[in-house]
Amino acid sequence: MAKAVDKAIDYASFPDKRGHFGPYGGRFVSETLMCALDELEAAYQRLKNDKDFQAEFDQDLAQYVGRPSPLYLAERWSRETGGAQIYLKREDLNHTGAHKVNNTIGQALLAKHMGKKRIIAETGAGQHGVASATVAARLGMSCHVFMGEEDVHRQALNVYRMKLLGAEVIPVKSGSRTLKDAMNEAMRDWVTNVDDTFYIIGTVAGPHPYPQLVRDFQSIIGREARAQCLEQTGRLPDALVACVGGGSNAIGLFHPFLNDESVAMYGVEAGGYGVETGQHAAPLSAGTPGVLHGNRTYLMQDDNGQIIHTHSVSAGLDYPGVGPEHAWLKDIGRAEYVSVNDDEALTAFRELTLVEGIMPALESSHALAYAKKLARSLDKDKTIIINLSGRGDKDIHTVAQIDGIQLT
Amino acid sequence: MSRLTAKFDALRAAKRKALVPYIVAGDPDMERTLPLMHKLVEQGADILELGVPFSDPMAEGPTIQLAHERALVHAVSLSGILELVTEFRRHDQDTPVVLMGYANPVERMGYDGFAERAGRAGVDGVLIVDMPPEEAEPLNEALARHELDNIFLLAPTTTDERIAKVAGLAGGYIYCVSLKGVTGAGNIDVDQVQKLMQRIQAHTDLPVTVGFGIKNAETATRVAVCCDGVVVGSALVEAVASAEKNGTDVLEATTLIRDIRHALDAISR
Ligand SMILES: Cc1ncc(COP(=O)(O)O)c(C=O)c1O
Repeated sequence: MAKAVDKAIDYASFPDKRGHFGPYGGRFVSETLMCALDELEAAYQRLKNDKDFQAEFDQDLAQYVGRPSPLYLAERWSRETGGAQIYLKREDLNHTGAHKVNNTIGQALLAKHMGKKRIIAETGAGQHGVASATVAARLGMSCHVFMGEEDVHRQALNVYRMKLLGAEVIPVKSGSRTLKDAMNEAMRDWVTNVDDTFYIIGTVAGPHPYPQLVRDFQSIIGREARAQCLEQTGRLPDALVACVGGGSNAIGLFHPFLNDESVAMYGVEAGGYGVETGQHAAPLSAGTPGVLHGNRTYLMQDDNGQIIHTHSVSAGLDYPGVGPEHAWLKDIGRAEYVSVNDDEALTAFRELTLVEGIMPALESSHALAYAKKLARSLDKDKTIIINLSGRGDKDIHTVAQIDGIQLT
Repeated sequence: MSRLTAKFDALRAAKRKALVPYIVAGDPDMERTLPLMHKLVEQGADILELGVPFSDPMAEGPTIQLAHERALVHAVSLSGILELVTEFRRHDQDTPVVLMGYANPVERMGYDGFAERAGRAGVDGVLIVDMPPEEAEPLNEALARHELDNIFLLAPTTTDERIAKVAGLAGGYIYCVSLKGVTGAGNIDVDQVQKLMQRIQAHTDLPVTVGFGIKNAETATRVAVCCDGVVVGSALVEAVASAEKNGTDVLEATTLIRDIRHALDAISR
């Protein structure tokens, strides 16, 4: 207990009032949106501590999403890997198949309480788009999802899912036609329809208060995992591993453990063809600080401050920025950020499927691939928790294509 | 006195409205941007807003987005644009030049380095679209050290409280966004602009220009009656783009500015 007193940082107290995590975060948007963000922040501050709102959120997570998600000891995979015991936090078992829904449930409830009738969202892999379309269907709201034209082709299955859920999918043809451009377009829509529209951002990026509120909604992952780990193993885990696109599943797992000094944390970015090739999506590993999409954070950019193209086999990690809290955790050394290449992730995808009968999302496969290396370096009595952020059904086409198989 | 202040003082004394064209630097290429700037002045522009191209121009509609993309094909950079302004100043010491763009290229160059170089190049004001007053303090200090004005946006959604805050930080002039939307958007609602202008003028004596949705002489004159000047962006950028596409001289695009100048001068008399 003595330790807790002289602890320098209380992680729960971040961000500061203006949304800063150290030098990162903040609110870099055009003037038209400032009032909408003030309104959102005020509503969130009010509802965050409102018992009824929390009860509604908890009930939806339990009865609609199916929480708590299990913490599963991957016994056979741990044994074959040789080293630490590996536990999987099964976010893949959530309704809609990924952690994304924790956040969309929370933000849709906010929208409802703020009297907004129209939902917009950006999506890369389509998981956040599906999760947004799902909650919009349930609450009887209209839903418009912006998706880069490139991703519309890569993720045809999710596009159709969104349409079946009654959402309109708007292909974005500007810039690189991927997630970042979808986010630009969603911002443009929001500026235009700011009075009646709620923008559900899918990750811990964007202007304040989004990185905070998305983190808070996703923190259910870490709170459950912490309690489950204590119950199942009698102690805290030694390490946490999660993939990092924008960083929402990672911060969701990490945040409730930040004040537990003994717990190491590893965020795994998409190394694409290899960080050394420049063709990757690993801004924390190989980028520099800058401003994009409303916050200051690490970015993939050139010497002139232009955002550069990213590459990853997994559409959900294919983003040139990262949530500002991760940028800060990196700088202060509380979490470590590493990268895993496309082919390592694909190997992990196949391995978990064969050895545990669990087909992971390609995003989550990045975390698996790194955790495997980490587990080998640790003794058998150590434990690692991996955030298995989503299931792999959506990626079957991608994997088949790599295998040279044409699915009809 | 700053070039912007001198310009607005002169305009006010002559009871004229400021005409502020916006073009994207490097669209269609850097070689033609310089003559375009001079030609705009010749056709009656009072102040030039030079767009600094960015890969992710969040506040722009399709017309200006495409102009940013065209410029970036030639790898137009903030450094290159500062050199362009230096060139422009060799033949024009009177027309204020304002750089309008996004935070990241300026962050990348560093606030102080940018302000120092921009001041030396002969830039007069800087408008960073995605840098509201809450985040602008460090940049403001750097700009002030080099006697550059920081120009802020005010929008229909801006509260009176924020107007007061912005009025305290702004220099040169205030850019009033006429509508909720992106550049090049639909039809301007003059009544709404008028109401916003009244709220702004209750807090500041700084000149106020109105932009977004001003397409021609008709919209310009309708708006100009309630403000100090008008910004013409998408319509001009579109004219440049079609001249380029049709293989005609892009300088011809500036006839739009000449027409608006004539119309504005007719109402100020
Ligand atoms: C299953 C899954 N995991 C991870 C991510 C990456 O997002 P984040 O880093 O915000 O968790 C995505 C994004 O689409 C996803 O679908």
